[in-house]
Amino acid sequence: MSIVAGCDVGSLTTKAVIINNRRIVAAAIIRSGPRPVQSANEVMEKVCSEAGILQKGIDFCIGTGYGRESIEFVDEAVSEISCHAKGAQWLVPSARTIVDIGGQDCKVIRIDKEGNVQKFVTNDKCASGTGRFLDVMANVMNITTSELGKLSTKSTSPIAFASVCTVWAQADIIKHINARCRPEDICAGINAAMANRVSMLANTMKIEDDICITGGGAKNDGVVNALGGILGRRIKRINRVDPQLAGAIGAALLASQRTRNGSNR
Amino acid sequence: MITAGCDIGSRTAKAVILEDDDILTYAVIPARLDPRKSAEDVMKIATEQAGISMDSIRQIVGTGYGQKEIQYAGRLESEIVCHAKGAWWNQPSARMVIDIGGQDSKVIKMDETGKVIRYSYNDKCAAGTGRFLEIMADALGVPLEEMGEKASASNERISISSQCVIFAETEVVSLVNEGKEIHDILNALHRAMANRVASQARSLVVEEDVILTGGVAKNSGIFDALSEGIRIRIKPLEHIDPQINGALGAALIAKEIDRS
Repeated sequence: MSIVAGCDVGSLTTKAVIINNRRIVAAAIIRSGPRPVQSANEVMEKVCSEAGILQKGIDFCIGTGYGRESIEFVDEAVSEISCHAKGAQWLVPSARTIVDIGGQDCKVIRIDKEGNVQKFVTNDKCASGTGRFLDVMANVMNITTSELGKLSTKSTSPIAFASVCTVWAQADIIKHINARCRPEDICAGINAAMANRVSMLANTMKIEDDICITGGGAKNDGVVNALGGILGRRIKRINRVDPQLAGAIGAALLASQRTRNGSNR
Repeated sequence: MITAGCDIGSRTAKAVILEDDDILTYAVIPARLDPRKSAEDVMKIATEQAGISMDSIRQIVGTGYGQKEIQYAGRLESEIVCHAKGAWWNQPSARMVIDIGGQDSKVIKMDETGKVIRYSYNDKCAAGTGRFLEIMADALGVPLEEMGEKASASNERISISSQCVIFAETEVVSLVNEGKEIHDILNALHRAMANRVASQARSLVVEEDVILTGGVAKNSGIFDALSEGIRIRIKPLEHIDPQINGALGAALIAKEIDRS
């Protein structure tokens, strides 16, 4: 039996998970600092203390996320795509398509039943359809990003946004605020615009049921419901853990495979 | 014969009055909240400058995104056709016009008679429009009109990988925090913006001469960056304000209508 860990250094948050005998024993999420190395060290310290172990007690650790190459303590660095696929498939075994909405990117990954990646598309060039879009809009609305999801569920007639671009949508919102539109209707419009942009990415490839949503964006009910509506499919949500942890969980699961394969250090 | 053109853009309204083949006068004003008011105001200023009454103008053509609100226009024409006409009239060797406005960018290819062959229009993404520079000017606390000049004083070539306004803004903040010089950041920003427009131009296959018009053409830095991006030296309009190109084209079309 071995203790393994996964560390996912994202653009906005850094996540770590410790798994022992296929059970999550500890998890941590912190805001990413300017230096990925520091964020990784910090989150690992936190997760180890939560698990009540020393970092040297971890048999194998895999790093992932955009800052994975600079993590010092990992035994191996693996792409986010592979880690997300693995993590989501473990959390939702029926998942064949994973939509991951990160802080500054969005990925759509198709996997087989073993969790192997078949095809994927990513958007990290345009802020629209990423967590950044929601953050910018929440900021204009003077609410938190999590309130954006909650408020929108109370909407009766969502505003329709003409533009996909974050910059133009920002200007649109200001117009709607000045026109005294109900905040919940504006929020619902924002979430629908976000879902619309994500669906454009998803529709560039063949998506298969079940669809599972991960990442920070998965915490926004408005976006998840709107996306389901646009794609005309039901989207499976991850309830037992924070959906932001999928990448780190996948990394830990891959680490556990490595120890079983005898590549233990 | 006196004709006029009026171009109601998202950020500015422009009017040009022609007497036969000469520009009698022109006016550029910031757009009012109501496009109808922009149209009235800009033409009032232009006619007063020219010392003529509205009645003495034989034909007026309207263009721009607010064209439907121009009450006095005898005819409306697309911005694409107007921009091609204006640039070709100013420089008959022109085969491509790149117009960068406050909230859009257009690339227009035309034949040797100034007729539009193909065009590409972007108003979906703020990158590659004047808005990009406005936001960056704001983020850096540099006046918009000084950006180009400051960018040309750059000594160190740094690069900004994002074309998206939102992501580029974040990059700018990090570069400032890293202690990079404003001149160098500005230079990199001009290249990032120009790359977006350059790929739009390349999708139509670039042909010389290329003329840059629109408010952004007042920025000297963009000429260098965009010329580098499409590997062809871009030319400005000669002797006229680059912002009035659309209104000029409209006035020229007004002249043709009246003749025919």
